[in-house]
Parts: sequence; C-alpha cells; structure tokens
Amino acid sequence: MSFINYMAREINCKLVYYGPGLCGKTTNLQYIYERTNPEAKGKMISLATETERTLFFDFLPLSLGEIRGFKTRFHLYTVPGQVFYDASRKLILKGVDGVIFVADSQIERTEANLESIENLRTNLAEQGYSLDKLPFVVQYNKRDLPNVASMEELREMLNPTNVPDFEAVARTGVGVFDTLKAVAKLVLTELKKGG
Amino acid sequence: MINPQMVMYEEEFNQIQAVVDRLVRDANAKVVFIVDKNGQLIAASGDIDNVDTTSLASLTAGNIAATGGMAKLLKENEFATQFHEGEKANIHIQLVGNRVILVVIFDSRSSLGLVRLRVKKASEELNHIFESLLKKVQEPGADSPFAEITDEDIDNLFND
Ligand SMILES: Nc1nc2c(ncn2[C@@H]2O[C@H](COP(=O)(O)OP(=O)(O)OP(=O)(O)O)[C@@H](O)[C@H]2O)c(=O)[nH]1
Ligand SMILES: [Mg+2]
Repeated sequence: MSFINYMAREINCKLVYYGPGLCGKTTNLQYIYERTNPEAKGKMISLATETERTLFFDFLPLSLGEIRGFKTRFHLYTVPGQVFYDASRKLILKGVDGVIFVADSQIERTEANLESIENLRTNLAEQGYSLDKLPFVVQYNKRDLPNVASMEELREMLNPTNVPDFEAVARTGVGVFDTLKAVAKLVLTELKKGG
Repeated sequence: MINPQMVMYEEEFNQIQAVVDRLVRDANAKVVFIVDKNGQLIAASGDIDNVDTTSLASLTAGNIAATGGMAKLLKENEFATQFHEGEKANIHIQLVGNRVILVVIFDSRSSLGLVRLRVKKASEELNHIFESLLKKVQEPGADSPFAEITDEDIDNLFND
C-alpha cells in the first residue's frame, strides 16, 4: 500500500522480491545496496540464519529521485524462499505495491520455480490481490551457469502473460537495475491511474 | 486501484507530531515514533539523530506482523502490547486502533509504569486522529498528486 505524505512531500512504495530458495533475491538487494549512493539509501537489514539463508526478510530503503516535488521512496523486501517459511512470506506480502519474481534459471530448479510462483499466486489471493493486476516483473537469474533452461522455456512456464522480464546475473549485477527500474515504473504508473 | 492508499495531510501530521512530542516529555522517553503496519515511518520525536528510525520502523512492523501471525494461529486477538527490556534501553510497543504502531524507547530515567500510563492516553488521542484521517482519505475528490504526472515524468526519473 503506497503511502503519500503531503507533509514530507514523499511517496513511499513497497516492492517484494519473491522466488524459490537460493534463486538470488538477497543477492539482488546486496548489489543494489553496493551500487547506490549513500544519500539515496538507508541501511540494509538482513534477518538471516547463520548460513545466510533469509529467515524473515531483507529490507533496503531507497530513494529514486523526485517527481513534481515529491520524493519517491521505495522499500525493497525479499521473502525467505525456503518452502517451510510460508507463514513469513505471507506477512511480507502485506501491503505490497509491486512484485519481482526471481527465477533460478538452472534446469534442476524448474520444479522449484513453478512451485514458488504458484505459492505467490496463492498467498496474494489470500489477501485479495491478484498477480495479474499487480505491478509485476520476472527476472531469470543465474544466466552465467552452464546448466540453464532456455529463455523460451522459462518464459512459457513463468511469464505466460508477457510482463516485463529480464535475464540476470545478480552476482555481478547484470539485469539487476533493469529489473528494479521496470517494476518501479509500473508501480508509479499504477499510482497515476489510481489517483 | 487495488490497494487503498495511506495518505498523510499537513493538518493531521501536525496533530500526530504534537502527540509524540508530548509523549517524549511526559514519559521521559528517549525516542517515540509511529509506524504504519507496513513499516512506513509516520512521525518521530526525541533523540532521533542517534537512532536509525527507518530500520527500526521496518523491524517493528515485522515484529508486529510476526506476533500477529502467532495470535492468529492461537485464535487470539492481536497482541496489542509488547515490552522488551534491555540493559540500558527498553522498548514499549503498542498497537493503536489496529492500524498504526506506537513505539517508545526509554531508559532508567523513566519506568514501565509511567510509560504505560502515558502511552494509554496518547493511544486514545492518536486513534481519534487516525479515524478522522481515514474519513478524509475516503472522501471523494481526495486526489492523488500522482494523477497529474505524465509518462515522461516517470521516464525522467530513470534517465540518469
Ligand atoms: N552463479 C550465480 N550465482 C548466484 C547468482 N545470484 C546469486 N547467486 C548465488 O546463489 C546463492 C544464493 O543467493 P541468495 O541471494 O542468498 O538467494 P536467496 O534467493 O536470497 O535465498 P533464500 O534467502 O534462501 O530465499 C549465493 O551463493 C549467491 O552468491 C547468479 O546470478 N549466478
Ligand atoms: Mg535471501
């Protein structure tokens, strides 16, 4: 749920990175954090296990600049991808304005991708949202690995409605900002319609 | 629009800020802040230069969401109050009108009893303010400033 603050002349939006365990959600945020000017970002918070798996969420506040005198601020969250953290994923989705689905392109993660996107649909529906109506983009991550599925296959499985999608190597940053900008743009466009 | 928007106007903001400013004094608190349930900071007062309120806001909301989830599993109403006692700092967290979260950070210059007492009064005031804010937002003609923006404005944001 976006938050328009006339007093501070700010608009705040919530973006959630979703996807199967180890697909690279946290890596996306880490790269964005590293490559953003100090004045445009807050602290990155990671609630993680000792083995660096996300336990509850990662959080990164970002400013993307001004539109008509309003600062645009985005709160980036990742969910924990491991299947058994479903209760936490539901909580993080509350009040979401835009979703990034990060897929793991490796062939052996096909099933995990499908399960995760289905889980996303279910959890959104429980809160009365529909993935088809929400600002939504898809990122095919880990394109640097040798055992990846073809883009054609991935698109067919994960992006039948043809939302903006991107190939990425989050570890080196390929596609990371393109993905973020695309979803931020959709969210702002939605706000414009919603007013 | 799928989501009802949270909106803050100058009038209500000033009322809310007055409540948190007063609460800092009345409760001898170090820091007082208000967060919505999604983790957006609404107002803060006290020694805020020495704490990262944005991070605290997001963690507070996460905390309330998690305990709210536990309450649901136990078929319990949401746990409206939480208190965490540290060696130097203590945190009192109060859910106000099931909408926003009032957080008070205090040390040994204050006490839990005093904080509880003052939070109770402040919560009632805040509840009124947020109720009238909600009404205002639902009134027709409460336009988003974003209705006016163009695709070009949005593109420009990403051109640098
Ligand atoms: N080769 C390669 N490895 C990547 C890429 N992106 C992330 N990784 C690695 O994949 C592992 C998991 O990445 P994370 O970002 O922690 O995954 P996550 O999606 O946050 O996982 P959960 O928190 O369990 O949901 C790490 O070792 C990353 O370095 C990529 O594009 N290519
Ligand atoms: Mg993670």
